[in-house]
Amino acid sequence: MTNHWIDIQHSDCILIQGSNAAENHPISFKWVMRAKERGAKLIHVDPRFTRTSSKADFYAPLRSGTDIAFLGGMIKYIIDNNRIFHDYVVNYTNAPFLVDGKFGFKDGLFTGYDADKRGYDKATWTYQKDANGIILRDETLKNPRCVYQLLKAHYARYDLKKVSSITGTPEKDLKTVYEMFSSTGTKDRAGTVMYALGQTHHTVGVQNIRALAIVQLLLGNIGVCGGGVNALRGEPNVQGSTDHALLYHYLPGYLSAPRASQQTLESYIKKITPSTTEAKSVNWQSNYGKYAVSLLKSWYGDAATKDNEFGYAWVPKADDGKDYSVMTLFDVMYAGKIKGMTVFGQNPACSIPNSNKVRAAFAKLDWMVHLNIFDNETASFWKGPGMDPAKVKTEVFLLPASASVEKAGSQTNSGRWIQWRYAATKAPGDCIYAGEAIIRIQNKLKELYQKEGGTFPDPILNMTSDGLAEKGGYDAEKVAKLINGYFLADVEIGGKQYKKGDCVPSFALLQADGTTSSGNWICAGSFAQDGKNLMQRRGKADPTGLGLYPEWSFAWPVNRRVLYNRASCDPSGKPYNPKRAVLEWKDGKWVGDVPDGAPPPLAAEGGKLPFIMKPDGVSSLFGPGLGDGPFPEHYEPLESPLAKNLMSPQQNNPAILLYKSDKDMVASADARFPIVMTTYSSTEHWCTGAFTRWQSWLTEAMPQAYVEMSQELAKEKGIKNGDKVRVESARGKLECVAMVTPRFRPFLVNGKTLHQVGMPYNYGWRFPADNGDSANLLTPTVGDANAMTPEYKAFMVNVVKV
Amino acid sequence: MRRRQFLKMSCVLGAGVALCGLGVDLVPIEAWADEIKKIDRLKSAKQTTSVCCYCSVGCGLICATDEKTGKIINIEGDPEHPVSEGSLCAKGAGMFQTTEANEHRLTKVLYRAPNSDKWEEKSWDWAIDRIARLMKEERDKSFITKNAAGQVVNRVETLAHMGSSNLDNEECWSITAWARSLGLVYIDHQARV
Repeated sequence: MTNHWIDIQHSDCILIQGSNAAENHPISFKWVMRAKERGAKLIHVDPRFTRTSSKADFYAPLRSGTDIAFLGGMIKYIIDNNRIFHDYVVNYTNAPFLVDGKFGFKDGLFTGYDADKRGYDKATWTYQKDANGIILRDETLKNPRCVYQLLKAHYARYDLKKVSSITGTPEKDLKTVYEMFSSTGTKDRAGTVMYALGQTHHTVGVQNIRALAIVQLLLGNIGVCGGGVNALRGEPNVQGSTDHALLYHYLPGYLSAPRASQQTLESYIKKITPSTTEAKSVNWQSNYGKYAVSLLKSWYGDAATKDNEFGYAWVPKADDGKDYSVMTLFDVMYAGKIKGMTVFGQNPACSIPNSNKVRAAFAKLDWMVHLNIFDNETASFWKGPGMDPAKVKTEVFLLPASASVEKAGSQTNSGRWIQWRYAATKAPGDCIYAGEAIIRIQNKLKELYQKEGGTFPDPILNMTSDGLAEKGGYDAEKVAKLINGYFLADVEIGGKQYKKGDCVPSFALLQADGTTSSGNWICAGSFAQDGKNLMQRRGKADPTGLGLYPEWSFAWPVNRRVLYNRASCDPSGKPYNPKRAVLEWKDGKWVGDVPDGAPPPLAAEGGKLPFIMKPDGVSSLFGPGLGDGPFPEHYEPLESPLAKNLMSPQQNNPAILLYKSDKDMVASADARFPIVMTTYSSTEHWCTGAFTRWQSWLTEAMPQAYVEMSQELAKEKGIKNGDKVRVESARGKLECVAMVTPRFRPFLVNGKTLHQVGMPYNYGWRFPADNGDSANLLTPTVGDANAMTPEYKAFMVNVVKV
Repeated sequence: MRRRQFLKMSCVLGAGVALCGLGVDLVPIEAWADEIKKIDRLKSAKQTTSVCCYCSVGCGLICATDEKTGKIINIEGDPEHPVSEGSLCAKGAGMFQTTEANEHRLTKVLYRAPNSDKWEEKSWDWAIDRIARLMKEERDKSFITKNAAGQVVNRVETLAHMGSSNLDNEECWSITAWARSLGLVYIDHQARV
């Protein structure tokens, strides 16, 4: 979230698209209702009418997988009707930048496409520059090569009629939504966007979010109170687990993971620290070298020295341009190339697309280590449907873990608040912290390498395994301090003394010379210099009156509650909306939230631009960083009901990775599978139900797998509410109960009636018995071109009565 | 009190408590009495704050731990929490069933040998020894020092790790460090999906 949960109450118009907040983030909805009590309007855009829709002032249906068409239409509406927040767009976005003369877009492809590589050469996705390398700009926004004019031209095709024919949303509904939301493009009104997996689970997932961001930037809604682009994240600590890089492509704190071409620390740092010619840009990423060295110091301690590049050689290097994410991981495993796997607190047998492929891949492992609080379909895969245990060679370890209320430690919510929790009791039986389990394995490995030697033992022997208490057991606070970071020598910075062993109170103090450590720079400051744990704070002071609660827990970065908050002020530092001033430049200093960048506002002496994490200091309407285009473009899902994309000759996102195993069948515009399907969750279950299916209070309320369909489709198929039906895709099938409701309605797409159904992904065969299996038996192995997030939300099935 | 017991108890009360003396199941009444006792026990219980383990709203919890048994006897919303203000959804309100009160909790290290059709109970020490041994063998055998282009990469491609966004920050960080120390590149978890 750019903002935070409580901030939603300040919004004047809330657009929920790709989320069912009322059912899946129920307590967040408290703040939506608070906003409504103040007079805010709520819009819900979703294929299905849900409890969120029932509270909305306006509900608009759309066919799954067509959000860019819908939002592209909104961008066009905002531009055509001059609803932009002009001052903001000119000063704080790249709208005035002049783009390279050779950049273009034709027939669904941007310039530089290479069909063999299924990717782009982005050489033309750049800006025109003068002799000094300064980007040329036209602040009148009239130059046909400026970003604003290119944006306008790109979305000229997204008229109401075309959008409606793609999305299935009636034209008048589109117009109503566009009119309502674009009303927030003024100084005194703020609009917010709440989205969840409904936006990300697509082959165009990242571009969906980009489209939302473009809308919000055009309306000046980023950085302001009651605004933002707010991801409703689905797991309790998915923000934290992302921050700490349980992902291959970066290291803790979003530092890109080293690639093979970066053979030295110097070349790595050069790669991750962008430069800028823009004098008014803070370009905070230029500090990344300090954060990388501080990370290596926290990992390797005294073994990391200037002479050995702080142990940079010990960090594994992925091949350049190669993907190692989860669907590739299972594709490689299915091919028999992965031998051993650890799975902690996750149930991929039900949560990863194309479950039949995933479960078959498990059987090719030599061994699997699984840790959890309950058994699940992953740990017990060897006795699952279609498996003969006698033929499964895999050695499986199922390790009992402590539950959350039995542990001390921190978790980070969607608003980036790192909240500490305390152990309320001792865990039962042999249950231990996952952290203790991993450190004990790590220490045993150290012992083996010490005693026996082995291949390249240095990284094993030098990596910290600090984290056990003296009396045994996991010491979360010890690890939290490593994450925060220490001064490793007595230093003086800016006239202030810091002693060796003090906690680093801010990442601004981290150094590239090995005198500081920090296991994750964004968390630096979660401890005060004297070692006080700020994540434990429970102060309720509210100096701005806006519910920022700066003394409750610790928000990364540096306790900032609203990201990009300097963009809520005009270039002189006056808040655009003084009634909800998250920040103000007063008497030569910033007052309010922790400013996103300490320098003065743009127009003051020494003033800087507000988007400090962007090299050019402004936000990106034109986004050349992505792999599939600088502007979002509508492409059909991999499996679509349409044989031809109505927007361009390019059917699918041209930059997605395609898998070719014998389990990766695809059936698009195929008469055997004429129904669009999506997947979702329920209030009573969580993710694959790996916790919640074992709880009688919850399973009694939501006992079994079902497929939800419209009354019209049910009539066509001769299905009644409660009938047993079979749902089938090109990859798998499962039987479940039919739930016939008016919540799904047929869509009119390209002049034809089209049906959509939906299934919860909360079930699995393991428990309760005979209550259904995973909806992911049906989903395709394909993901977004940038993030590799699977396309769970739009694919094709058939439904028949059993 | 379990939901079913509550429903049963409601029926019994509706039909007249007098029936209890006529051979009717007494369990519901005992359960009701347990609830009364629980209120007394709550008064002296130790209170600990925690955070919900489901979605990322991060609602506040108060756990009550019985002073005699040391076990959690109640979990409810924390009214002081500025986001949740004491509210919880159905899942959060049911968090008591993630504790050891739930008979389905795993409490032992389980091991399934190759081609076996059952779990066997093992000790942590045995499991840690065996797991570390398997990891070392595979890493030593398959370690890649240089890639096809001759660049030093120091990685292992035959081992993989997943999870978890359901673990605390500190645990995630410990796992990140361990995985990189082995040379893993196949590392992923719920954040992507």
